[in-house]
Amino acid sequence: MKKRVLSILLAAVMTVSLAGGMVMSASAEEAAEGKQLSVQVGPDPETIDPALNSAVDGGNMILHSFECLLTIDQEGKIAPGQAETWETSEDGLTWTFHLRDGLKWSDGSDLTANDFVYSWRRVCDPEVAAPYAETVLGMVEGFSDAIDGNLEALGVTAVDDKTLEVKLSAPCTYFDSLAAFATLSPVQEATVEANGDAWAVDPATYVSNGPFYVSEWVPGSYIIMAKNPNYWNADAVKLGSIKWNLIEDANAAYSAYQSGEVLMIKDVPTEEIPSLDGNEEFHIEPIIGTYYLSYNITVEPFDNANVRKALNLAIDREYVANTLMQGTYTPATNYIGPGWKDTDGTDFADNANGGEPYMSATADIEGAKAALAEAGYPDGEGLPVLHYTTNDSGYHKAVAEYLQQAWKEIGVTLEVEVVEWSSFTPMRRNQEYEIARNGWVGDYSDPSNMLDILYSSNGNNDGKYNSPDFDAAMDTARTTVDPVERSAALHTAEDTLMADAGCCPLAYYNDYWLQSSKITGMWHSAYGYWHFMYADIAE
Amino acid sequence: MVRYILKRLGLAIVTIWIVATLTFFLMNMVPGGPFLSEKAVSPKALATLEEKYGLDKPLFEQYITYMKGAVHGDFGDSLKQRGRTVMSIITTKFPVSARVGGLAVLFSFLLGVPLGCISALNRGKAGDNAIIVIATCGIAVPSFVVCTVLMYIFGVRLKWLPTLGLSTWKNYIMPIAALAFYPTAYITRLMRSSMLDVLGQDYMRTARAKGLNQFISLFKHALRNAVLPVVTYLGPLLAYTVTGSFIVEKIFTIPGLGGEFIGSITSRDYTVIMGTTIFLAALMVIMNVIVDIVYKLVDPRIKLK
Repeated sequence: MKKRVLSILLAAVMTVSLAGGMVMSASAEEAAEGKQLSVQVGPDPETIDPALNSAVDGGNMILHSFECLLTIDQEGKIAPGQAETWETSEDGLTWTFHLRDGLKWSDGSDLTANDFVYSWRRVCDPEVAAPYAETVLGMVEGFSDAIDGNLEALGVTAVDDKTLEVKLSAPCTYFDSLAAFATLSPVQEATVEANGDAWAVDPATYVSNGPFYVSEWVPGSYIIMAKNPNYWNADAVKLGSIKWNLIEDANAAYSAYQSGEVLMIKDVPTEEIPSLDGNEEFHIEPIIGTYYLSYNITVEPFDNANVRKALNLAIDREYVANTLMQGTYTPATNYIGPGWKDTDGTDFADNANGGEPYMSATADIEGAKAALAEAGYPDGEGLPVLHYTTNDSGYHKAVAEYLQQAWKEIGVTLEVEVVEWSSFTPMRRNQEYEIARNGWVGDYSDPSNMLDILYSSNGNNDGKYNSPDFDAAMDTARTTVDPVERSAALHTAEDTLMADAGCCPLAYYNDYWLQSSKITGMWHSAYGYWHFMYADIAE
Repeated sequence: MVRYILKRLGLAIVTIWIVATLTFFLMNMVPGGPFLSEKAVSPKALATLEEKYGLDKPLFEQYITYMKGAVHGDFGDSLKQRGRTVMSIITTKFPVSARVGGLAVLFSFLLGVPLGCISALNRGKAGDNAIIVIATCGIAVPSFVVCTVLMYIFGVRLKWLPTLGLSTWKNYIMPIAALAFYPTAYITRLMRSSMLDVLGQDYMRTARAKGLNQFISLFKHALRNAVLPVVTYLGPLLAYTVTGSFIVEKIFTIPGLGGEFIGSITSRDYTVIMGTTIFLAALMVIMNVIVDIVYKLVDPRIKLK
C-alpha cells in the first residue's frame, strides 16, 4: 500500500510535468547556414504585419524582412529600394516609381507593381484598421473613400508590372520618406488572402521581399530570420541569419550580453550605466524625438501663457538630461531637436530661431519669477497646488520628483500622481490631468510629423494647445510646393509654439545600447532602428 | 465515490462561472483599452477595430456573446497579438510552463519530504538546525533574488549554464532551481512539523513499545499520516506552478504562460485575460478534486461524501 500511494502521488506530479513532452526542440542555430548574429531589440513584438505594426521593435524586424519602394541609407538619406528610380511631377501631385528588374518574393514568385497596389489598398482597408493609414496615405487621392471601404478609389495604380503611379490630393514634399516607411511594405496577396491576420504569425506563410525571411518564431523566446536568396541585393548580405532574442527584462538582457550569448542588446539596465561610462561597447546616439510635458490648456491656470512660461523657465534641463538621466538624454532647448530635416536637407534645429536655441539649457529662476508675477501670481501667491501625472517607467518618477523640487523654488507646489501605463494613456487623451509627461519619436524626419501633433484638431494634441497662428502656419506648410515657403512656415509654427510655451520640451531622446566590437557593417538610424542587413561578425 | 466526484465537478463549473463573470466585469471597469497607444489611432480606425471585435456593443451583450463562445470552447482572438487565437496562445505556452513547473514541483516534493523527515527525527540537533535555517531562507528570499543570484553566479561569472531560452537540458536547471526553492522550503517545514506531531502520537509510542522495527514504523505509520498536509498543499501549488511564474519566465526568457497573465492585463488584452483566468481557475478546481481523491487513497479513514 505504501508503495502504491507514493507511486500514485508521483504519477500525478509527473503526468503534468511531462504533459508537454520532454523532447527538446532541435537547436535552432543549426537551421540556417552561415554566420548567425544574435541580438536583442525588445520583447515579443505584438505584430510583424507591416500594415498593423506601430511599435519600434516590430518596425525594426519588418525592416529586415521587407523592403519598401525606397529605403533610408547609412547617412540618413533616401535611397533606392525595390524602386530603382522615381520622379515627381512639377505640381508635386504625381509620384512615379520604377521598380527594379526581376524582383522576387522570398518564396521565389515574381513581385510586381500590382503587389504594391494591393498592399497600399490593404493599409486603407477598414477591416484591417491599420493604425498608420492616415499618416502614410492620408495625402493620396481618394484616401477618404478608401478608408470608408471603397479601396479602388485610392490613387495608386500599376501602369505596368514595373511602374507604380501615385496621385496625391495635396503636395507632400516628404512623400519619399513615406515610401520608405515600413507600413507601406509590399505584402503578398496570395498568402494574406488565404490566411487572414494569421499570415503574419506563422513563418510558413510570412512571405517577404527583404534581405531576410522569418524561418522560425518561438513566441516569447526568439525569431530567426534567414538570408533571403531571392533578394535583389543578396550578394551584399554576409550573415546567414539573425536571431532576435525576445528578452523582456533589461537585467536578463545584460546577463545574456555578458555571458556572450547575445552580441548586441538594446535594453541596458539604467543602474549599470555609470559603470559603462567610457566603455567602447556602450553606444549613445540621437534619435528624432522629444520628451516633453503637456499642459492641459483647458483648465486654469494653464490657460495663462505666463504660467506655462514660468514653469518652462524654472527647469534646469542640463541637470535633468546629464545628471538625472545619466547622459542618456540630451537637454532640449527647442521643440524640434537635432536630426529632423529642413526642406533643403539641412538640420531643422540649426535653422530655427535664427540659429539660436529657444531656451537656455539651464534654469532661469529670475525670468521664471518675473513671468509668474506677470501672470498675477507673484512668488506663487494665489496659485493653487498643481498636479503632475506620469506613468512609472524609466526616469519618469525621478523627473517628477525633480519638477517638484525645481518649481518649489519659484513658489509652486506640485503634487505627483503616478498611474499605471494603460490607465495613463486614456487619462492624458481625455484631458483628465493638469500637467502630464509626454513624448514623441518621429516616424519620418520631416518636422511636420512632430509639429502636427499640436495642431488644434489633432488626435495626439493631449494638451489641447490651440493657436490660430500656429494652425495657419501648418496649413501653409501642408499646401505649398515651394520648399522655401514651406520651411518658413514650419519655422513660424515652432516660433509660435515656443513663444506661447504651448508645451514644455525637456530632453531629446537618444538610443543607448551595448554592442560587441565583433559586429561590423551595421548602423543605427535617427528613427531608432538598427540596420543589421549588411552586417558581419569578425572572427 | 463517483457521486462525490460528480458533485464536485458540478460545483467546479459554478466556481469557474463565478470567476469568469467577476473577471469579465472587473476588467471592463478598469480604465484603458486594448487599442490605445502612445500615438493616437485615428477615431475611424479605433471605431472599426472596436466593431470588428464587438467592443462597441453594450457590456452585457458582450458578456453573453463571450460566455456563449466560451461554453463552446471558443475563447476568441487575441486583441493585441493579431492573428493569434487565445486557444493557440494557451496551447503553445502552457506546455512550456507545465514542463518547467511540473519538474520544479517534482523536485521540491522529492527533496522537501525527506528533508522534513530528517529534520524531525533529529530534532534540536545540528542537522535539524541547518535544515531549518536553509528552509527559512527559502521562504524569506523572493524568487527574483534567487533568479538573479543564480544567473549571476552560473550564467555570467562561471558561464556554466545558458541564461536564456530552453534550447538544451542545461537551460532548465536554473529556472527549475529558482521555481523549486520556495516550495521545497515550505514542504520541508510542513513535513517537519507534521512529522513531529505524528511522532508524539500514542500509536507511535505503542509501535515502539511493542518493539516494531523503527524503519517500518516510520514508513508504514508515521510518514503516511504526516504527508497529508503536504498533499493538501501540493494541489494548489501544482496548479500555480504549472501555469508559469511571471518573474522566472521574464528573467530566463522562457516562452511560458506566466508572462501572458500579467502581460494581458497591462495591455488590456481582454480575451487573453479571460482565457488565461478561466484556464487557471479550471486547473485549480481540478487539482483540488484530485487532492481530495489522493487524500482518500493515502488515508482510508477519510470518507468522501
